[in-house]
Amino acid sequence: MNKLIKIDDVAPRVKQYVVAAPDVARHCFPGQFVIVRVDDEGERVPFTICDYDRHAGTITLLVQDVGYSTHKMGTLKEGDSLHDVVGPLGNATDLSSYDNVVLVGGGIGCAVIYPQAKLRNAQGKPCTTIIGARTEELLFAVDEFRRESKELLIATDDGSVGVKGFVTTVLQQLIDRGDKIDCVFVVGPMIMMRNVCELTRPYGIRTIVSMNSIMVDGTGMCGGCRVTVGGETKYACVDGPEFDGHLIDFAEAMNRSGFYREHEQACRLRGEKL
Amino acid sequence: MNTSARHPVGVQPAEERIHNFDEVSQGYDHATMLEEADRCLHCAAAPCRKGCPVGVNIPAFIARLKEDDLDGAVREISLDTLLPAICGRVCPQEKQCEALCVRKAKLGGSVAIGALERYVGDYALAHPKAPQKAAKRGKKVAVVGSGPSGLTCAADCAAAGFDVTVFEAFHKPGGVLVYGIPEFRLPKDKVVAKEIAKLEALGVTFRLNTVIGKTLTIDDLLDEFDAIFIGTGAGLPKFMGVPGENLNGVGSANEFLTRVNLMQAYREDAITPVYCGKKVAVIGAGNVAMDAARTARRMGADVTIVYRRGREEMPARGEEIEHAEEEGIVFELLTNPVEVLGEGGRVTALKCVRMALGEPDASGRRSPVPIEGSEFEMDVDQVIVALGTSPNPLIRKSTDKIEFSRRGTIVVDEETMRTSNDKIYAGGDAVTGAATVILAMGAGRKAAAAIKAKLG
Repeated sequence: MNKLIKIDDVAPRVKQYVVAAPDVARHCFPGQFVIVRVDDEGERVPFTICDYDRHAGTITLLVQDVGYSTHKMGTLKEGDSLHDVVGPLGNATDLSSYDNVVLVGGGIGCAVIYPQAKLRNAQGKPCTTIIGARTEELLFAVDEFRRESKELLIATDDGSVGVKGFVTTVLQQLIDRGDKIDCVFVVGPMIMMRNVCELTRPYGIRTIVSMNSIMVDGTGMCGGCRVTVGGETKYACVDGPEFDGHLIDFAEAMNRSGFYREHEQACRLRGEKL
Repeated sequence: MNTSARHPVGVQPAEERIHNFDEVSQGYDHATMLEEADRCLHCAAAPCRKGCPVGVNIPAFIARLKEDDLDGAVREISLDTLLPAICGRVCPQEKQCEALCVRKAKLGGSVAIGALERYVGDYALAHPKAPQKAAKRGKKVAVVGSGPSGLTCAADCAAAGFDVTVFEAFHKPGGVLVYGIPEFRLPKDKVVAKEIAKLEALGVTFRLNTVIGKTLTIDDLLDEFDAIFIGTGAGLPKFMGVPGENLNGVGSANEFLTRVNLMQAYREDAITPVYCGKKVAVIGAGNVAMDAARTARRMGADVTIVYRRGREEMPARGEEIEHAEEEGIVFELLTNPVEVLGEGGRVTALKCVRMALGEPDASGRRSPVPIEGSEFEMDVDQVIVALGTSPNPLIRKSTDKIEFSRRGTIVVDEETMRTSNDKIYAGGDAVTGAATVILAMGAGRKAAAAIKAKLG
């Protein structure tokens, strides 16, 4: 059992949880994830570790209410507990060999790039960060990103804040204005990651994505998270979750990520009745 | 001499059991157990013992059964094995002890050693004895993994007076006994949970949701414990390496079975989803393939086993193959998948080629060769791949403290199960590659004996 120390609403249907998980907090690095079971009947759901405090023994998770388990998690209060938290799983993101990094986050993917922004800033190599959402109220952690970034740029579909358009619009502007970019690290909806990869490909800019695949155990046992990278099958849980975005078979990955959607919708309907 | 033929074990009728997950084999009742035990000739050579990977003193426990001394039988069998209720159910007896029984060919068939072992094991679980706790030795042992080898090592170490902590990556202990072997072959509450409870009564601590190599490292354990046993199994699924393998509807038997067994996705109210098609092809013919095929059958699918060799070469337990056939599972033998075909990202067919058996290969099995021009398509909406597993690399990737083979298995001294580090021991599938529960159990026991000798 892992106690929920603090819960904050950060955007519509998005909550931030500070969770007691001392062993995970002691060993985790940016880019790794945990698998959570909300209750004893629950499914195993992966969440990126968005922040951690080794001293306090806590990790921070950003959770978007999208299915049965995340909805149920939303009903918990501070002081309640998650039934199980296991991790840190996956490999840490290593961007240390790049001087000029652009972080790109869309939606809940911002939870993955935030710890990277923080780490790079602490190392004295802050990044340029681009975050995007449909509209202003869906953005979160804007102040935190601004604090941890060399420059924060925002894209909204409706232009309610920042540039009207997508994160690719902003990234194109950076390239056009002659920014030196050694690496783009992009995390968000699959379609967004694909579009960013297509944008950077002709420029030869190294682009790393984080795959949020379907998985059960997170330790390499189920093979559900397999993704084709450069023609080879890789497991997002143990080989990733980060991969060279220019080598990912996005058509296959998008197809696979939708596999359980019908079931998830049925569960969601049940969740609404909780 | 008792001339009667081997007594069959009661089973749930096939037409009923394909609609439920209850145990198929119902074991012997008391009277039949006595009659079957009486068939043992107590021959001087006792070849059955040589057939057992851990040399269980089979004639000794059967002698107690003949006298209806069940507590005595438990005492005898416990000298050699910790898990009789489990091994009696899942050991490939027809290839081990029963293969060498002198009654096999002419005297009405081998004594049903497995069924008798199960009877003793179930009796022991139903009549638990207060654990005899040895004096505390003030030494701590870490056991990594709670499958058969880990449970056995933990039990023996705890009984010897060590403080034992078992680390398990999943949210439930039991390893392959829980996530892999289905309920209809090995009941979880009736058998596995009771074995775990026995360990808890011995004072063993279970730390769940703890992945060694991630949540804690081997170095962390070396700081805190006097000895470590690694029994992390072989959990990484192999795939076919054919085009179309990543289409939706193609998955590993591990994933399918874990969703159904561990996450109980067969229940209508389950939160964890599982996809089960109407026409399912299972690739492979080992126990895991049979488990996946029979699970899919119970979820309402028409199931075909696709295997590239012939009937004789199928590695599964004989009883599982028979039960699968009774349940209406079709066997396409000497058939090898060459491509998974799909539409709209989903599997619609499996393209296969017929095979012929050639010369025996390194494993002694005749190797199959494709018959040119024999390709055909099978309509399926799900493909489950059960081609074996390899050891999990998580520990290998996170420590340089112990030596690994090129196959990724842990290198040990076979007498003591000690690794290249004198505080670390290992056993089970993590050492051998995918093998059996009984071998893993034996390895856990050997390691515990070596740990006892070392820590004193």
